[in-house]
Amino acid sequence: MKNITLAHGNGGEENNELIEGIFYKHLKNDYLKKSEDASLIEGGRLAFTTDSFTISPLFFSGGDIGKLSICGTCNDLAMMGAAPKYVTLAMMIEEGFEIKTLDKIVRSIKKELEVCGAVVVAGDTKVVPRGSVDKLFINTSGIGVVELEGISASNLSVGDAIVVSRDIGTHGAAIYANREGIDIQSTLKSDCASLWPMVKALKDAGIKPKEMRDATRGGLAAVLNEWAKASDVCIEVDEESIPICDEVKGICELLGFEPTALANEGTFVLALEPKDVDKAVEVLKSFPQNEHCTYIGKVTDEYKKKVTLSSQWGSKRFLDMPTGELLPRIC
Amino acid sequence: MPSQELDLFKVFRNPEHMKALAKLISLESKTKIRVMEVCGGHTHTIMKYGIPQILPDTVEFVHGPGCPVCIMPKERIDHAFILSQQADVILVTLGDMIKVPGSHGSLAEARSKGADVRFVYSPLDVLKIAKENLDKKIIFFAIGFETTTPMTAALVDQIVKLKLKNVLFHINHVTVPEVMTELLESRDEHIDSYNNRIDAFIGPSHVSVITGSKIYEKFPKEYKRPVVVTGFEPIDVMEGILMIVRQVNEGRADLENQYKRSVSFEGNIVAQDLINKYFDQKDLFKWRGLGNIPKSGLKLRDEFAYLDAEKIYDDVLPKEEIEDHKLCICGDILRGMAKPTECQVFGTACKPSKPIGSCMVSSEGACAAYYKYGGVLR
Repeated sequence: MKNITLAHGNGGEENNELIEGIFYKHLKNDYLKKSEDASLIEGGRLAFTTDSFTISPLFFSGGDIGKLSICGTCNDLAMMGAAPKYVTLAMMIEEGFEIKTLDKIVRSIKKELEVCGAVVVAGDTKVVPRGSVDKLFINTSGIGVVELEGISASNLSVGDAIVVSRDIGTHGAAIYANREGIDIQSTLKSDCASLWPMVKALKDAGIKPKEMRDATRGGLAAVLNEWAKASDVCIEVDEESIPICDEVKGICELLGFEPTALANEGTFVLALEPKDVDKAVEVLKSFPQNEHCTYIGKVTDEYKKKVTLSSQWGSKRFLDMPTGELLPRIC
Repeated sequence: MPSQELDLFKVFRNPEHMKALAKLISLESKTKIRVMEVCGGHTHTIMKYGIPQILPDTVEFVHGPGCPVCIMPKERIDHAFILSQQADVILVTLGDMIKVPGSHGSLAEARSKGADVRFVYSPLDVLKIAKENLDKKIIFFAIGFETTTPMTAALVDQIVKLKLKNVLFHINHVTVPEVMTELLESRDEHIDSYNNRIDAFIGPSHVSVITGSKIYEKFPKEYKRPVVVTGFEPIDVMEGILMIVRQVNEGRADLENQYKRSVSFEGNIVAQDLINKYFDQKDLFKWRGLGNIPKSGLKLRDEFAYLDAEKIYDDVLPKEEIEDHKLCICGDILRGMAKPTECQVFGTACKPSKPIGSCMVSSEGACAAYYKYGGVLR
C-alpha cells in the first residue's frame, strides 16, 4: 500500500504495522520498544505520554473534544500508575471557527483537569486556512508522577484474573450512531471519563494491579490481544461475563459490529492476582459509572499469544485483533 | 448485564436451548449429511457461535457463495475504482465494498488518493448526498442479494419521481436461486460433480422476507434436496439443522420454514413489485470463482437505461476478464469444494488486513470468518 488509509489509524493490526514499518524503523529505542500507554522516564519516577484528538461531532453525548483531550492523555498516565501533574495543550484551529465554541471547549478542559489534578504548563495555537483541518485538532502531552510501580503489559502470568472496569463500547457506539449516514437515535452516552481517581482509589485500598490499560481504539479486543502477545500467554474470557449494555448490543447488531472492538474513553482493563479481584471490583464499583465492573476471564497457557472467548454452551473461539476500518455490514 | 425490557438477544441465544438442540441433533442424526448454508451471514453465525463444535460429526457445513462482496469479480471492482476516478464523481456504496481489492486497489485506496468515495448504511441516503452536490455526478455502486435490492429499487424510484439528474447506478445485484441451481447442475472437467457435495440447503431468512420461501420450491421438487429457510441467530441455525436431519431420517425432501416469525411463502409483494418495476434479469452475470451464471444478476430495465452508469461510462470501463490470483482458492470455497484452511495462503499471505481473495474481505466471507473466529477450534 502506497498511501495512508483510514485503516492505518484503527488502533488494530494496520495501525501496528504502520508503527513498526515507519516509526519504529527510524525511531525505536528502549522507551518505545515497551509499547506501553506512557513511557517511564527519570528512573521510573515519572510517566510521559502524548495523544492527538480529532472527533466529529466536537460535542457528543457524554463529552466533547476538550474533555476527551484531557482524559485521553491523563488516562494513559494513570494506566502506568502515575498521577497526572503537568499537561501541554496544542490546538490547530480552522479559520472561521467560532470563538464562543472554543471558549466552551477550553472550559471543559479546565473542568477535566481539576478531576485529574493536573495543570496546563505550556500551550500552542495554530490557525490554518479553511479546509486544512476539520474544525479543531488538539494535541496534549502529559507528565505524571508514578505512584504505583511495576505495571507492564509483559507482567501477566498464568492464573492472573482479568477485570473490566465497566460496560464496554459506549463511546464507539455513541459516536458511530451519530455519524452522518447512520443517524441512529439513541440515548447512549460516551463513557469519556478520567481514570486517575479510580486508580488512586485502588492504590489507597492497597491493591497493586499487574497491568492496566484503557480500552481506547481497538477496544477490549485490542487490549487483550496486546497483553497476550506481550506476556506470551493465553487470555480466556467468558463471553457472557463481558458487560455490554442493551443500547450498545443493539447498535452492534444493526451495524454488524463487535462490542469488543469498539472504542472506549473511560473504561479500563486490569490484570490482577486472583486474591485482589473482589476488593478491586468493590473499589471500582464505588464509582457510579462502574456499576457493571466485573471479572471476565483468566490467564492460561492454552493458546499462547491468543485470546479465546467461551460460550455458555461449551464452544470456544478466538477473539482476534480488530482489523480494517469500522464499516457497517451490508445485509 | 441483566435486562428486564429487551430480551431479543438472549431468547435466541439461550444456552439451555442450544444444549438441548445439540443433544437432540446428536441423538437423531444417523447418516452423514453435508449442509450448505448458502448465505455468508449464516457462515458468520456458525463460526462465531462455534456451532460445529457442538454438532455431531455426521453434520458437516459446506459454506456457500452468499456473500455479496465475496462474489464480486475483480472486473466489477475495477469498474467502481475507475468510476471513482472520473471527474466530478462521488462514488457511493455500502460498507464492506470499500475494502475489496481490485486490480488497481480498493476503494479505500482510491479514497486515500483523493477520490470522493463514500459509504452509506441506507441507499436512500444517496438522495441527501445528491441534493447537497448538484454540481457532481453521484454514482451508486449497488451490491447485494435480494435483501438489499429493494432498497436500491426504492432509491431508483425516488430518483425517477424527483427527476434528480445527478444520480447514476452501477448495478451488481444478484439472486440466490440461480446460483443454487448452478451449484447443483454445473459440472467441471476437474471435478466430477458439485452434486455430491451438497445434501441439503439452509436458506437465508432475510432473502425470503423479501422473496418469500417460494423461490426454493424447485430444489426439493426437482433436485430432491431439502431446503429449510432459517434465521440467523444460533438457535435458529440449530433448529434449521434439526429440521434437515429429520427430513433426511424420514426420507423427505421438503421446503420448510424455520423462520416463521418473519418469512411467509409469498414474501413482501410490495418490494417484489418495486424490484420488477425497475429491474430485469441480466442474461449472464459473472461471479467470482463461479464464472458466468445465467439469469443470476439484475440490470436496470431499458426504459431506465439513462440512469445506468455502465452504459454512460461505457467508453472508460474495461470489459476484459481478469483471472483470480493463482494461489487463491476463493472459487473452490465459494462452490463449497474446499474449506478456507485448505488454502495455502490462508492466514499467511492472505489476512483480513491484506486480503488476496474476496472471501477474506467481507466479515461474511468464509475465510474471514475462519480467520476471525479461529478455524483451529474446528
